Amino acid sequence: MKDGDTTRPARDAAPQWQTEDGALMIAECRDCGEPHYYPRVLCPFCGSENVAFKACSGRGRIYAVSVFRRADPPYALAYVELEEGPRMMTNIVDCDLDAIAIDDAVTVLFADRDGIPTPMFTPAAP
Amino acid sequence: MSTTGKAYIAGAWEHPTRKAVDKTLIQLHAENVKGALNDAGLTLQDVDGFFCASDAPGLGPLSITEYLGIHPTYVDNTDTGGSSYVLAVGHVAQAIAEGKCSVAVITLAGKPRTGKPNKGEGAFYDDPNCPDVPYELPFGHVIPNLYGMCAARHMHEFGTTSEQLAWIKVAASHHAQHNPNAMLPQVVTVEEVVNSPMISEPLHKLDCCVISDGGGALVVVSPEVAKSLNRPLVKVRGSGEAVKHLNGGKTDLTYSGAVRSGPIAFGQAGVTPADIKYVSIYDSFTITVLMTLEDLGFCDKGQGGRFVQDGNLISGQGKLPFNTDGGGLCSNHPGNRGGMTKVIEAVRQLRGEAHPAVQVPGCDLALAHGTGGYLGSRHGSATLILERE
Ligand SMILES: [Zn+2]
Repeated sequence: MKDGDTTRPARDAAPQWQTEDGALMIAECRDCGEPHYYPRVLCPFCGSENVAFKACSGRGRIYAVSVFRRADPPYALAYVELEEGPRMMTNIVDCDLDAIAIDDAVTVLFADRDGIPTPMFTPAAP
Repeated sequence: MSTTGKAYIAGAWEHPTRKAVDKTLIQLHAENVKGALNDAGLTLQDVDGFFCASDAPGLGPLSITEYLGIHPTYVDNTDTGGSSYVLAVGHVAQAIAEGKCSVAVITLAGKPRTGKPNKGEGAFYDDPNCPDVPYELPFGHVIPNLYGMCAARHMHEFGTTSEQLAWIKVAASHHAQHNPNAMLPQVVTVEEVVNSPMISEPLHKLDCCVISDGGGALVVVSPEVAKSLNRPLVKVRGSGEAVKHLNGGKTDLTYSGAVRSGPIAFGQAGVTPADIKYVSIYDSFTITVLMTLEDLGFCDKGQGGRFVQDGNLISGQGKLPFNTDGGGLCSNHPGNRGGMTKVIEAVRQLRGEAHPAVQVPGCDLALAHGTGGYLGSRHGSATLILERE
């Protein structure tokens, strides 16, 4: 799937996160202009089916995070607010779990999950 | 059509078990239904309305009505997670007002401790037909970290502290000490809560509810039936419902669906939070209670921490006694679904049948609220306002 591809997401259940160039992509409505997450066959804000993918900067900030300490090893579940607006569920990885906090700047990386490049975030270089 | 005054809760029964080793799921349902009908002074033959959710075994109400041998003229199995049974009371009131039924039963049962995983018990399914699953399952979302994110955001925006959240558990434990069926009858302190093991930041073990088998049932009847029975009259005065979800990425974890279900219920009842003498608030975690109290208007948004601290929720001490059975935090969270027991304790309070140590004097107006599903993603909210006539 390319950035700007107006092919409608045909299968709601297949995660589509990455452009051919390796960027994070989300969906955007070509009628009301609102980006949304997760992608789907219609715009959740106006109902238009004129939706398309859009490449993102891959930068954002932690909106909420909880380190699940009962897991071994512990991991961080988070919502990251993308520069483009939408907040998405993800993990904060490759970091000191004791050092991450809400509002921290983060950047995307892709990890393989069942053969699917899956977006996670790591603290942005200062 | 207003349903105010068109329905009364005539029967309320909570199963005493918390670990049903020797009982099947359908047996628990049957015992709950019989228990609530006995409480009302009615029989299975009187039932013409039947309400269940996805904890009922089989397809909707089909297998369970066959098992019970009943022939209802109105059925409903709307599922909004643990709030289903609070929401169902409002749906029953509408059905009764329309003349569709006059004696309705609502049932809940679960065996998360001793049974096979049940479709009603809150597991995340790897269901390719569920559109959010592929976008969430890879990240290890489980129930405690979804609620943990809400607590973390609340602390960040409003300065809420772990000690303030702990006061909610402390208040529940003060009530649970008088409940012989409570799983955690020991009174705990703020220090014990914040020093209990961390489960998912910032929620500690004692910020979480118990996991229990059991359930309960309600019998909701028309005014004519209610007045023919030898039971106190507990009227359904108002009800409201809402679904809150992630809203296409415009996600806001600082409030719950109670911001919508609450005003609908208060508006229908024609009362305000200041009129309420007792509240049953869904308490899957301490943060669920704190956010719900704000969202229902018992305090301003962001002031929940200050509102709950220093024993303000303890019956006989504070301004707003809550969950006087010990709630899900200390007594019972059957089938991982706490809505049924919220309504049952509200009915006990309105009848004057709560434990004397926690009974609210002159309790004539009570609120029960359910939050089903997941506070940190999508949930169903249901608010009920009940009056002793
Ligand atoms: Zn649109």
